Order: sequence, then C-alpha cells, then structure tokens
Amino acid sequence: MAARNIEDPRSNAMLKALEDQDTTVAFDPLENTMILNMGPQHPATHGVLRLLIKLDGETVLATVPELGYLHRGYEKIAENATYHEFIPHTDRLDYLSPLSNNVAYVLAVEKLLGLEVPPRAQYIRVLVSEMARIASHLVAVGSMAMDVGALTVLLWTFREREKLLDVYDVLCGARFTTSYARIGGLQQDWTPRCTAMLNQFLGEFGEDVEEVERLLQNNRIFIDRCEGVGVISPEECVRMGVTGPLLRAAGIARDLRRDVPYLVYSDLDFNVVTAKESDALARFYVRVEEMKESASILRQALDRLPTGPVNAMEPKRVLPRKERTYTRMEELIHDFILINTGIDPPVGEVYHAVESSKGELGFYIMSDGTGHPWRMKIRSPSMTNIQALPLMLKGGMISDIVAVVGSLDPVMGEADK
Amino acid sequence: MTNAEITEKLKTLVPASILSVEEFRGDLTVVIRREDIVRVAEVIKTDPALAFDLIIDVFGVDMYRPGERFEVIYNVYSLAHRRFLRLKVRIPEEDPTVPTVTGVWPGANWHERETWDMFGIRFPGHPDLRRLYMPEEFEHFPLRKDFPLMGIPDSLPLPRR
Repeated sequence: MAARNIEDPRSNAMLKALEDQDTTVAFDPLENTMILNMGPQHPATHGVLRLLIKLDGETVLATVPELGYLHRGYEKIAENATYHEFIPHTDRLDYLSPLSNNVAYVLAVEKLLGLEVPPRAQYIRVLVSEMARIASHLVAVGSMAMDVGALTVLLWTFREREKLLDVYDVLCGARFTTSYARIGGLQQDWTPRCTAMLNQFLGEFGEDVEEVERLLQNNRIFIDRCEGVGVISPEECVRMGVTGPLLRAAGIARDLRRDVPYLVYSDLDFNVVTAKESDALARFYVRVEEMKESASILRQALDRLPTGPVNAMEPKRVLPRKERTYTRMEELIHDFILINTGIDPPVGEVYHAVESSKGELGFYIMSDGTGHPWRMKIRSPSMTNIQALPLMLKGGMISDIVAVVGSLDPVMGEADK
Repeated sequence: MTNAEITEKLKTLVPASILSVEEFRGDLTVVIRREDIVRVAEVIKTDPALAFDLIIDVFGVDMYRPGERFEVIYNVYSLAHRRFLRLKVRIPEEDPTVPTVTGVWPGANWHERETWDMFGIRFPGHPDLRRLYMPEEFEHFPLRKDFPLMGIPDSLPLPRR
C-alpha cells in the first residue's frame, strides 16, 4: 500500500516541506486504486497497443491489453485472393522483418503443394530470414534501450539496420515491403553485389554490437531499470503459449530452426541462446546474442551458397521469369493461368511454422482444391506474447511498463492481423 | 514420435472420443467428439508419452455446409517431443458452442476470444469471452463465409459532423 508511510514522522516532515500556498498534502491522494489508460497512441507502446492499467499508487495491480486498432482482416483477404496475390500482404504483418514473413508464407504453400525448391533458393531464403532477424532485433534492442532512456543505442542500431535495408534494396528493389519470396522460388537471384554488401556489413557488425554492449553493460540506469523487471516464470510462459526470445530468456531452449528444422538449418551450425533470469535485461541480452548467432549463420550460408537455379522447374505452379513471359508463348500461357486462376493445390490442410524474430510465426492453410485458400490462419507470435504481458507487469511499478513492453517487442501489424 | 505412434497412443487412451484421424503432408489431424474436447486436452497434456503442453493456436473454420457448419481446430506442440498435433471438433450451426480449454491451456484464452469474435462460436466456461479485434457493439462475425468481403454498410456507426 502506498499510504503506509504516511504516518511516519520523517515522511510527514518531508511532505510538510513540500507544502506551500498552492499545494497542500493534507490528505493522502494515493489511497484509492486508479485506472490508467495507456495508448493506443503512445510512443512507448510500439504501435497501437492499448493497455488499461489498474494502479495502487505506482504499483500495477492488473493490466488489460486491448487489441484490434490495426485489424485489417488479412485472413478474410487471404480467402479472397490467390496464393500469389497474398505474398505482398505478408510484408505488412510483422513490418520489421518482412522478408522472413514472405519466406514463412511460401514455405506453408509449398508444403501444401509438396514442392521442393532448389538448394540455392533454400540458402538464399536462410540468408534473407537471418538478415530480417538481425534487422528486427536491432530495432527491438534499440527501442527498448530508448524506452529506458538510452537514446544513443537507438541511433546506433538504426545506423546498422540501414546497411541491411540497403542490401534489401539491391536484392529486391524495396527496403521495407519486399515481397521477395515466390511460391517455388524467389523473385530475384542473389547477386555478387549483395554478397559484397553483406560481407561489409558482417565485417563491421561485431564491433558495432560490442559498442552497444560496452555502452550498456556497466550502465547503472539501464541495469537498474531492466534487471528483475517483468519477470515471468518458465511454467507461466509455457502455460500462456509464449514463444521466441521471451521463452528462451526464461530458460526454455525452444527454437524451431533446431527443433523442427526447415530450409537448410539442419546443415548450419548455431547455438540456441537462452538465459535464466526471464527479466527485461535477460530478453535484451538474448536478442543481442541471437544477432551474433545470426551473423554467424549468415557467414556460413554465404560460404556455402551453391550455384544453380532459384526457381523450381514446375511451370504449372511457379511464376515464369518476366522477360520470358514477354517473349515466349508457353510462359505467357502459364503466367496467364497462374495469375487468373492460381495454382491448383490438392485438397488438404497444412500448418508450417518458422522461428521469426518474435517467435513462432505459422501459417495454417486449408485448401479446397481451388486457386484461393478456403481458410488461412496466421499464427502471430506478437499476439500470444502480449497475452502474457499482464503476468509480467503485475506487482511492478508504473515506470517499468515501458521497459517490459519494450522487452516484449510486439509488432501490432502482426498481433492485429 | 511418429504419427502412427501418436494415433496408437490416443486410441488406447481415449478410444471413444476419436471420430477420425487424417494425415496430410505429415501433419496429423485428429477429429474429436465435441463434448470430449476438454478431457482429451487434459489427457494429451498430462500423459508423459504425449505431453502436448504448449498451446500454439485455436481457431475456427467456416465450412459453409449444412449440418456441421463450423470446425474449431486446436494446434498444440510438445516441448519434450518437439512436434505438433492438430485436434479438430465439428460444430453444428444451430448450436455453435465448444467447451473451453482455457482450464487446460490458459494460453487458449485470446485464441478462443478471437474465434468468438470472428465466427460467433461460443466457449462456455471461458473466463472473459469478449471480442478480441472488433468493437463490442459489432453484431456480425467477419470470417463467416456469408459475411461479404467489402463489409456491411453502416454495421459500424461512424461519427458524423
């Protein structure tokens, strides 16, 4: 209870000292619980997350998150679009890592079709997924540090992210809304220029992360504001269905790249980073370490990048290259059929999940054999992670809310679909 | 643990509750009788050979057919055995309700709210069955197949000046 010190003579003297002709502290203003509304338009909630917080003084008693301010009905749109038409919409789910969303979606469709893409495409997909993870974690790390007062880190991480966005730009012609993966392949091949740019980024990256760590690891304000804040037990994490860096920061080493391998992750060597503390600081460092692991995966994938085609030889399923569509009859016919009626998948239902930067991103597709999915369910990690937010905030201080939301790293485009 | 082993195990543990077992592209889907879903959920969560302890997703499907119009699908994951399982219940249109599994997997809370919001399927026993995305005064269920893609005009009153 915040009112408990009010009888203490010392605090009474302090309150007396604060009084002047405009301010009186004759009664305890914090006696009652109060409801505070935070968001949906609040700079520290990372998008349009709205929290209703019940407070006793500065202590959080309960939190109720409200979703839906960015609900665009993507599952309804998916039912009314062909499989190819939905690819650009996946960019807008987790708009901090569009490339890994593209890959996750096409992997689900390819599982439905029973389609295997060539090894080069698989390696490039690993490359873009890991680039997306680093870019997304850079924003998460930077904005969390900003939320607790270290603005410098945000500027530094955005500087690094900019280099990755430049690679995206060269690779697929867009910095944010990439729409890079295609069913059965990729929109563009990886080029030597991309390799050179990525190598340059990787060369500087280790030092830059170290710079960020040096700034924060002995920073009293940052440690005090993050350590022991937003703690949730591993059992609670599992009960609430939490995935991703949050679950790993609670000590449960679940990483779909290792546990249910997809693409060529089983051939690559990487560690699953875990921590025990399960507080905001542990989540921060899990993300930092994961970025280093991703950088190592990127180096391995660049070394092993095989040559060969990037699109599967399945003309009835895979879109032909544009220049061939313009010059050859066969490809023109296939392009026309694929665009107008779509691929002809078998009847059935599949679920495919990838480890995105936020957690398990999965697509469930129920096909009735036509060119449109009968039902598509997007399993978004942000939504389930926000579900555990009330447990993390309970009993904490009001000023910890921004640190905990920052450590959660929600993206509302994904949570609200 | 292979699909066959899981099917075998389920058939010994809850033989009367299983209506059918489907397998497609390696994904196992077990169709469960609607009234037994909570018991089956408890069994597959607590049995050490199955241990499906992590709730991944709960969602509805509108099959748009007479009789059992809706389906509710539960996607669960076993941390110990590193694999997924799908449970499915079929629901008639006249009585769109399924007993809640929030008692077994508390994380199903928001997923069931979303299913209520999008399909109008009620979950008796749910602690907080409010709409998740749409406003509370909205009367329709957007992911039903008879809800038009462009929405229903004036279904949400907009402020006028």
